[in-house]
Amino acid sequence: MSESLLVVDDVVVEYPIKGFRTPPFRALKGVSLDIRAGETVGLVGESGSGKTTLGRAVLGLAPVTGGAIRYRGSDISHLGRAGRRALSSEIQVVFQDPYTSLNPSMTIGQILSEPLTVRKVSQRDASARVVQLLDQVGLPKGAEDRLPREFSGGQRQRIAIARALALEPRLIVCDEPVSALDLSTQARVLDLFRDIQEETGVAYLFVSHDLAVVRHLSHRVAVMYHGEIVEWGDADQVTARPEHPYTQRLFLAAPVPDPVRQEQRRADRLRLAEQQRELAVQGGAVV
Amino acid sequence: MIDPNPAPTTAAQVVRVSLFRRLLKHPTGLTAMIFLIVIVLSAVLASVLAPRNPDLADINAVLANPSLAHLMGTDSAGRDVFSRLLFAGRFSLAGALLALVVAAVIGVTGGLLAGYYGKWFDAVSSWLTGLLMALPGIVVLLAARAVLGPSMWLSMGIFGVLMSPAFFRLVYASVTAVRNELYVDAARVSGLSDARIIGRHILTVVRAPAIIQAATIGGIAIAIQAGLEFLGLGDTSIPTWGSMLNDGFTNIYTNPLLILWPSLAIGLTCIALTLLANAMRDELERSSSKPKRRRGAARAMVSIEKEPVLVHPEVVTEREFGEELLKVSDLAVGYDQPDGSIKTVVQDVSLVVRRGEVHGLIGESGSGKTQTAWSILRLLPEGGRVVGGSIFFEGTDLAHASEREMTRIRGKKIAYIPQEPMSNLDASFTIGSQLVEPMRVSLGISKAEAKKRALALLAKVGIPNPERTFAAYPHEVSGGMAQRVLIAGAVSCTPDLLIADEPTTALDVTVQAEVLDLLRELQAEFRMGVVLVTHNFGVVADLCDQVSVMRDGRIVETGPVKSIFADPQHPYTRSLFAAILEDGEARGPLVEHAVGSATSVTPTAAPREGASS
Repeated sequence: MSESLLVVDDVVVEYPIKGFRTPPFRALKGVSLDIRAGETVGLVGESGSGKTTLGRAVLGLAPVTGGAIRYRGSDISHLGRAGRRALSSEIQVVFQDPYTSLNPSMTIGQILSEPLTVRKVSQRDASARVVQLLDQVGLPKGAEDRLPREFSGGQRQRIAIARALALEPRLIVCDEPVSALDLSTQARVLDLFRDIQEETGVAYLFVSHDLAVVRHLSHRVAVMYHGEIVEWGDADQVTARPEHPYTQRLFLAAPVPDPVRQEQRRADRLRLAEQQRELAVQGGAVV
Repeated sequence: MIDPNPAPTTAAQVVRVSLFRRLLKHPTGLTAMIFLIVIVLSAVLASVLAPRNPDLADINAVLANPSLAHLMGTDSAGRDVFSRLLFAGRFSLAGALLALVVAAVIGVTGGLLAGYYGKWFDAVSSWLTGLLMALPGIVVLLAARAVLGPSMWLSMGIFGVLMSPAFFRLVYASVTAVRNELYVDAARVSGLSDARIIGRHILTVVRAPAIIQAATIGGIAIAIQAGLEFLGLGDTSIPTWGSMLNDGFTNIYTNPLLILWPSLAIGLTCIALTLLANAMRDELERSSSKPKRRRGAARAMVSIEKEPVLVHPEVVTEREFGEELLKVSDLAVGYDQPDGSIKTVVQDVSLVVRRGEVHGLIGESGSGKTQTAWSILRLLPEGGRVVGGSIFFEGTDLAHASEREMTRIRGKKIAYIPQEPMSNLDASFTIGSQLVEPMRVSLGISKAEAKKRALALLAKVGIPNPERTFAAYPHEVSGGMAQRVLIAGAVSCTPDLLIADEPTTALDVTVQAEVLDLLRELQAEFRMGVVLVTHNFGVVADLCDQVSVMRDGRIVETGPVKSIFADPQHPYTRSLFAAILEDGEARGPLVEHAVGSATSVTPTAAPREGASS
């Protein structure tokens, strides 16, 4: 797959555990996927599945102890600080919590111009770019002089998106960017992600626990379970007709907003659970 | 090139200026500051202000009383006390400042580096800090004097090193707290160097507490320095407050006034520094002052204008409900504001819950759904209260019931399941004791019987090994298990009404499904009425019989779940339904329009050679 922007190849991430000779905790157990330019790859899983760790490994915030992460052909999994800094105009991030991802004592203008000024962009060009970014994410003019606490959760997430876009990256790692938002805000922010992608051709690694969110935005979807990818393929296929037993469970566990269909889904889920239990007993294997 | 750093300095100024301004409005802070400024100025301008040479001994006027010639009298060598006091201020303050600077430089730098980088530097510096704190300061100073001679500067420098752990620990704690904040991660991803991240994102956090600490340590340094001089361990060639104290003490019987002046100088300076530190802490950590509730307004009700609510008619279902358990009419909830007004967050809310019925309250954040639930339990946060309407439960109006009545009802008749299972279990008690204790109190049964019941309940809520969970501490179980424990606790006294506040929001989807199943089973078995607060339409569809849609503290639409989901009427309800993604089309595979990459767009089989292990 030479055309891929990012290739994650059999990556292992291990966190050391305190204590003499305690084996390290394996958060990722050999994970492989790839992202093409302009594509959204959804990463679904429950808490502790390793989905956030994979995102952090791509950003250089988690220790990669095996395998390789290749960005446009070169291995970025063991870059030093200088190499990472150079890469920061290529790969960016939007975090889950819009309340802690913005420094509370800096104004929006300072937050957005910070990545620019460290690159020796002149103050005037930087503030022009800030105005442009605010417009791009649909925030009102004059927002640059205000502090993060003056904005709602949805607006803060727009600010975080603007910060990620400031250096015109080719890939943005989105770590549960809409989970903390209200339903209607969530829909609008997801639309913003989509519009920006169509406009700029940026690729997303979109991490979420919500199959519906991932389905809405992703071209391809990977499902993670206990530090491994258990299902990986076309978004419609994975999110509507899953094949792996775990994805099937995940799919049926999410309640549908329709009392009649939810009753049906509940019955399906209980039947599936029963089947899987029987299979497990017969095979003696753990599903 | 334009200087890339103008912004951070302005940011720092904003904070500092506003702290300074706020101190000006703080009476204690202002007094302390003025006093300290006077002291510092008098020391700096000593050579101008002092009427005489502080070292000039006048044999004719030994131990003279205050007079026009000698404002504060003279000491045992006939030197003018007032002049000496001014000059001594120079050395005492400079000595304290030296100790302070040494302590701050070592402590803040060490704390920043150890907190930010961790690893070996962290281990070594923490060990050194421990060692320094274990050393008895006075003994070290005495030993240093014996070896290095009587120099005030040297002993204050050493004292500064001894005091550095105070700064180190403070800075270390603040840095480790913010090091893993997401905005520091974001700064790292933005390509900022470590020096810049520390300077810009971390130092700002440390600055305020360090300034407060500096004021405290300055006071201690002055006191210790005076103590050393008083003991006669200082440098006798320079005037200090401590040496004047020593002189006064020797002559306490001949001229008691002599001891007063240096004592006042030392005492007042230390007090001013401490008060200033307290004032700064007050201003920086200012929590909004408690709203003053005027006596006359204590039971004030708020008149609420009514707005029409869309009510869907009753439909016949196979589910049967009993008598009315809870009847909320025209409820309004408000918070007392500092200026005496009331801010209403819930208004004009009416709902009925019958036995065996699940009533969902759905809305976005700030819609007042949780406030409504809390007001039924009368567990509103500080300052909040029911300001209108009534909440009838089994013939009692909970809006006006006494605290004693509420205690009788809560837990026994109305139970509560919170959103965050972990923070609602006390980490220092076992799960078992947290289940047993309420049952003993509200059911009046013995400990052994309560334990038997608790174990049965744990088994009932689907905990695989009840004995083990009973003996476990909350941190030893998962979030889903903790929620099951709380549900077990909620139903332990067979309540009639259950208030569930986002009971599955903090849980994974698969765990959520199981907890919803459990709630459904228990609700049917005990025929409880349930008020379920949620923002998830799927949860409402799964569990509820009735649903009320809330916005801005009001119910906009209410009725049986099936008819609202089939035919939402209110524009707001419709907009919420429109925002649901569940039924949306998948985005489909990537259509590549870049030149030369028009290859197969469907992904190939999962490339996980190594993942099958």
